[in-house]
Amino acid sequence: MSVETTTRAKVRWGLLDVIVVVFALIPVLWIASLSFKTPATLTDGKFWPREWTLDNYRTIFSTDQFVRALVNSIGIALIATLIAVVLGAMAAYAISRLDFPGKRLLVGVSLLIAMFPQVSLVSPLFEIERQLGLFDTWPGLILPYITFALPLAIYTLSAFFKQIPWDLEKAAKMDGATQGQAFRRVIAPLAAPGLFTTAILVFIFCWNDFLFAITLTSTERARTVPVALSFFTGESQFEDPTGAICAAAVVITIPIILFVLFFQRRIVSGLTSGAVKG
Amino acid sequence: MADIVLDKVSKRFPDGTVAVQDVDLEIADGEFVILVGPSGCGKSTTLNMIAGLEDISSGELRIGGQRVNDKAPRDRDIAMVFQSYALYPNMTVRENVAFPLRLAKMDKATIDTKVEEAAKVLELTPLLDRKPANLSGGQRQRVAMGRAIVRQPKAFLMDEPLSNLDAKLRVQMRTVVSRLQKQLGTTTVYVTHDQTEAMTLGDRVVIMRGGAVQQVGPPQELYDHPRNLFVAGFIGSPSMNFLHAAVEDGKLRTALGDVPIGERIRRELDSADAPRELILGIRPEHFEDAELIDDDTRRRGMEFEAPVDIVESMGSDKYVYFTVEGERASAAELEELAADAGADFSGGGASLVTRLSAESPVREGQHRRVWFNLEKIHLFDPTSGRNLTLNEGRSSGALAD
Repeated sequence: MSVETTTRAKVRWGLLDVIVVVFALIPVLWIASLSFKTPATLTDGKFWPREWTLDNYRTIFSTDQFVRALVNSIGIALIATLIAVVLGAMAAYAISRLDFPGKRLLVGVSLLIAMFPQVSLVSPLFEIERQLGLFDTWPGLILPYITFALPLAIYTLSAFFKQIPWDLEKAAKMDGATQGQAFRRVIAPLAAPGLFTTAILVFIFCWNDFLFAITLTSTERARTVPVALSFFTGESQFEDPTGAICAAAVVITIPIILFVLFFQRRIVSGLTSGAVKG
Repeated sequence: MADIVLDKVSKRFPDGTVAVQDVDLEIADGEFVILVGPSGCGKSTTLNMIAGLEDISSGELRIGGQRVNDKAPRDRDIAMVFQSYALYPNMTVRENVAFPLRLAKMDKATIDTKVEEAAKVLELTPLLDRKPANLSGGQRQRVAMGRAIVRQPKAFLMDEPLSNLDAKLRVQMRTVVSRLQKQLGTTTVYVTHDQTEAMTLGDRVVIMRGGAVQQVGPPQELYDHPRNLFVAGFIGSPSMNFLHAAVEDGKLRTALGDVPIGERIRRELDSADAPRELILGIRPEHFEDAELIDDDTRRRGMEFEAPVDIVESMGSDKYVYFTVEGERASAAELEELAADAGADFSGGGASLVTRLSAESPVREGQHRRVWFNLEKIHLFDPTSGRNLTLNEGRSSGALAD
């Protein structure tokens, strides 16, 4: 009886999972399918391409526009992620471990930043960056990305640091470690999964951003892929760039997938098991 | 190896609460001292102050004659075993034990020998290359001990190291800890809330309550001559019976009958501000089935009769619970002890725990005549909690002259 129920429950849940995955993946697969179609069969409405072609991919990589944007995207997202995670780790460590005046205020303000509608900040940022000469530069995008990624980083990381038993740090100090040694040799290795998780989240946020990227750039100097995509045109005004856009969309998904797969291995849950009685 | 001296050490938190108040304690070199008390009594805070993990608000802490108030934990050369063991989960057992030595920048060969040595003492050798996650509770506990002993520190601090083990293992580890301490002869401060551990392990026991030291002494002395109601109630299992006693006509009117009092106590009670109500304390083992005692013994005590509530046969003896009529003893200290034991339930009337000989034919539901030893009873002042029967540090029963 109970076995039957669990099997039924398993099937039910499995079905639900499949529905969710299919629902989420169909648009992605559709894009992938479109990217392999020839311009003639593009609008045939078939899920499986009748004629396969790699022309779309050749097109995007032959235009300097896309390659340049890809470099911008990777560079900007990596730098912003690195800085946000390092700063976020320090802030989160302080928030989870220390009791300092203004702590609640700091947490509150960082939450406020995360909740602030970004679109309302775009015009002032545009003006400020133009005045400061940051407009259409890498730092011009990295800075706002860090700003908006930091609250996210601080929140996820402080949750992670709170899970690490404080006793470990005390034990390290008793064993003769300085504060720095305790952090480097005991806390940081244990916080690694948290750091990687945060890095993934922040990277995806920077990689996917369109709003800031389109407002704060004007040329290929700092334009990122999501924006470059929207500037795609066919070779003539009668040519439809749909195929190329789809190919580009597939290409820019790949770094994210690689990034997640690479770091997912590091996210070993239960890394702290055995530290303290549990 | 060093002695540890606490000189009026206090801990006040920024919000004004006082966790530890003017603790004076001299721990001799090589001594095994237990800090014991109910939760929140300040014993762990005291230990953390000795360790250097908490700042000392006032007073002075000296280790080996040197003031260490402002020294970082790593400069105090003491090792600590945590209740949670606090093993580094990313390191193997070997790396865990070697960690303090590596921080001390010892060369690799020395580290290896020392780790092997410590592992041998604690029978950890076959486990050296495992990660803490793959160890049982008892093994983790031993690794934590290994990490403490490996660098031969001036002192060991242990914060309830056995409380996470199951009952059987705890008894076993207790002897391991005891043997290890004797073998190494290292000054040890051990915090526990378990009074059995306190009684069995320590050379001396420090009983704390509300941040203040109640009494310091060898376990037997605390048991036989508790200075106040709190110590009397805390030490001993099952704990001491407390009965309400009213002073009337040079006698104590209690639920067990009129108890005569000796000259000295009477003199004390004659003074103007002496309390008219007292609390009488008797340990369970000072009762006996009235049938089983000889006349000589009988003369040293008195008898009463009461209905038997519950009989617990322990094999070697019987715990017999009696219901006695009359007022229950009440004092702040007793309520605190009851709260700590989690006993917020108590039926009407007073319950009396006695430990009778296994030969006693006592059965539940019957009325039984029970004798108790008058030389062993304690009298306490309910307001101050002071033990009135202590004479120059020695209690001699209510009958003493």
